[in-house]
Amino acid sequence: MTGSKNWHLMEFKEKLLSSHLAFEEDLNLNDSVHQARATALKIFEDKGFPSKKEEAWKYTSLEALLKKDYALFPKSESSIEVNDVKKYFLYDTDTYKIIFIDGVYSPFLSNTTHDGLDVCLMSAALTKPKYKDLIDRYFNKIAPEDDSMTALNTSYAKEGAYIYIPKSVVAEKPIEIIHFSSGNEQALWLQPRNLIVVDENAQVQIIERHQSLKEHPVVTNCVTEIYVHQNAFLDYYKLQNDLPSASLIDSTFIVQEKNSHASMHTFSLGGKLIRNNLCYFHKGEHIMSTLKGVTILHEKQHVDHATLVHHAQPNCESHQDYKGIFAERSEGVFNGQILVDKIAQKTNAFQQNNNILLDDKATVNTKPQLEIFADDVKCSHGCTIGQLDEEALFYLRSRGIPKKEAKALMTYAFANNVLESVQLPSLKKRINGQIAKKLGVNLGFEL
Amino acid sequence: MLTIENLHAEVNGKAILKGIDLDVKAGEVHAIMGPNGSGKSTLSSLIAGNEDYEITKGEMLLRGKNLSELDAEQRAHEGIFLSFQYPVEIPGVSVTNFIKTAINANRKAKGIEDMPASELLKKIREKAKLLDIDSKFLSRSLNEGFSGGEKKRNEIFQMAMLEPSLSILDETDSGLDIDALKIVANGVNKLKNKDNATIVITHYQRLLDHIVPDFVHVLFDGKIVKSGTKELAHELEAKGYDWIKELASHGI
Repeated sequence: MTGSKNWHLMEFKEKLLSSHLAFEEDLNLNDSVHQARATALKIFEDKGFPSKKEEAWKYTSLEALLKKDYALFPKSESSIEVNDVKKYFLYDTDTYKIIFIDGVYSPFLSNTTHDGLDVCLMSAALTKPKYKDLIDRYFNKIAPEDDSMTALNTSYAKEGAYIYIPKSVVAEKPIEIIHFSSGNEQALWLQPRNLIVVDENAQVQIIERHQSLKEHPVVTNCVTEIYVHQNAFLDYYKLQNDLPSASLIDSTFIVQEKNSHASMHTFSLGGKLIRNNLCYFHKGEHIMSTLKGVTILHEKQHVDHATLVHHAQPNCESHQDYKGIFAERSEGVFNGQILVDKIAQKTNAFQQNNNILLDDKATVNTKPQLEIFADDVKCSHGCTIGQLDEEALFYLRSRGIPKKEAKALMTYAFANNVLESVQLPSLKKRINGQIAKKLGVNLGFEL
Repeated sequence: MLTIENLHAEVNGKAILKGIDLDVKAGEVHAIMGPNGSGKSTLSSLIAGNEDYEITKGEMLLRGKNLSELDAEQRAHEGIFLSFQYPVEIPGVSVTNFIKTAINANRKAKGIEDMPASELLKKIREKAKLLDIDSKFLSRSLNEGFSGGEKKRNEIFQMAMLEPSLSILDETDSGLDIDALKIVANGVNKLKNKDNATIVITHYQRLLDHIVPDFVHVLFDGKIVKSGTKELAHELEAKGYDWIKELASHGI
């Protein structure tokens, strides 16, 4: 028998298992997608939710989150006024938009397209015959089977963003994927599933965010599969600045073909618990992978970045640079895994994780994990945990800059080299603003 | 302007300053000389408000105001400026943005609104010219990768921009070649007027050929052991510090 401690955990797992029939009621049970769901459900049933006993979840516990009785399907459709959510859009830039409210597609807020590229819905891609080949080729092919949270997502895979950029197409506008939760449910469990394919020589910029509009418990277990073909370019931004009642378990799996470049920026500025699994797999030579992040937390917020770059081919590069700033009782975890196969000679793999603790009660656990089987490689990693430099602080204050602003200025400077590589000016401005707000200052200039 | 009376200070329980008396009036230039470890930098840091040091006795008054009641930033607002011996590198913040932040912080403290951008740019251009600073230099990250000379020139540039009433130049000559030294000294001299005062802290007499002091004080083992006019600096240059140590050991 399971002890009473895990009772809630068991109960919610049972709910997920028993609700699956109802979930698939209106869905086709004769296709490969159903097969994938059924297999994944079995895996989740066997493995259950990850526990702190697993090395990969040592510092992040889902237990407290699982004590609530989450609705798996919203009871009613919620509508949102554009004016209420406009501020979450990059309104000063023309973008494609795929917007969901409580997991349900909002045609009213969205701006999708099939003109030269597909920016549309997973539900359409999973069911319409014209997408069948692509779905057979990519859906659930990139995500690993044995990860329990991914399996859980797959078992409920139905809706999300589907993006296909055909050969040699450069998406002229950035694409925004936004999941709103309205707060109309007592507690809500969302499981969006995104698939993004960037074909040969194609280019795309994507911004993804999950946003609660009211304080209410939300857990989003999101999975994104991305396939970047040869010579293609992906520039992806995750903006995590949710309300303190919202949690996110976000898993992104990226496969890259030769000569491709895939860049991911993750800005974790708010939320109750955030877990980012970000995994890169190399399938060709001369690949460039970039993983950057800025985390700024306060209160009792918790962010866990688990990265994996699997160098499986020679002559590839990966750059990881994560900056963390932790105030009050916030907690950060960084677990960066670099795997270099024997065949992957001339690999350049770099990893940096630097953290600043602004208060005594804030904590960081950082662990680089390098497994290198090739002998002719350049791999480096460095992690630091420290306080703001007192001497630098005195220098700024001696120029008349008050302590609070001086600290903010130094914190900005600390995060700056990650911000520098943001390619969308309006997004950069937005993030600058959010960081300034988070630090409680107005510096009067853009860095 | 600045009056220091019987100042004693320590760091981590170790006494560094053992009774300093100093009176600096508006319009004056004071040089404080002394061998390494005599307490020169401690004194300058203390005036600027470094909290690493603890004052155990005595006081510092700026125009009658007790400095120990003011934070470092408040002292800056009162017109104190320290040119650092080792300026700190702040990557990601340009010289221009930094100076803008500093100027507006000082204005805000005085209840004045931000300096208009056009006025700021004009002033930057004027002061950069005074110190022979290239405009490219101004968009670089503050002190990051600057040579020793560039750092010192940047300190004096900040001083020129902030227009303090009391400037303390801590070993500003170190790391400067003779041409840079002349430029920096010329800048300091041009900024001098009857209402402000300068304290020049230096190990060598060389800077004092260019910034001519009204008074020279010799600091040794946490005390001012001798004060005089600019001739004292020449005497030190000629005779070294040994005779000062001798003097101090005889309790004079």
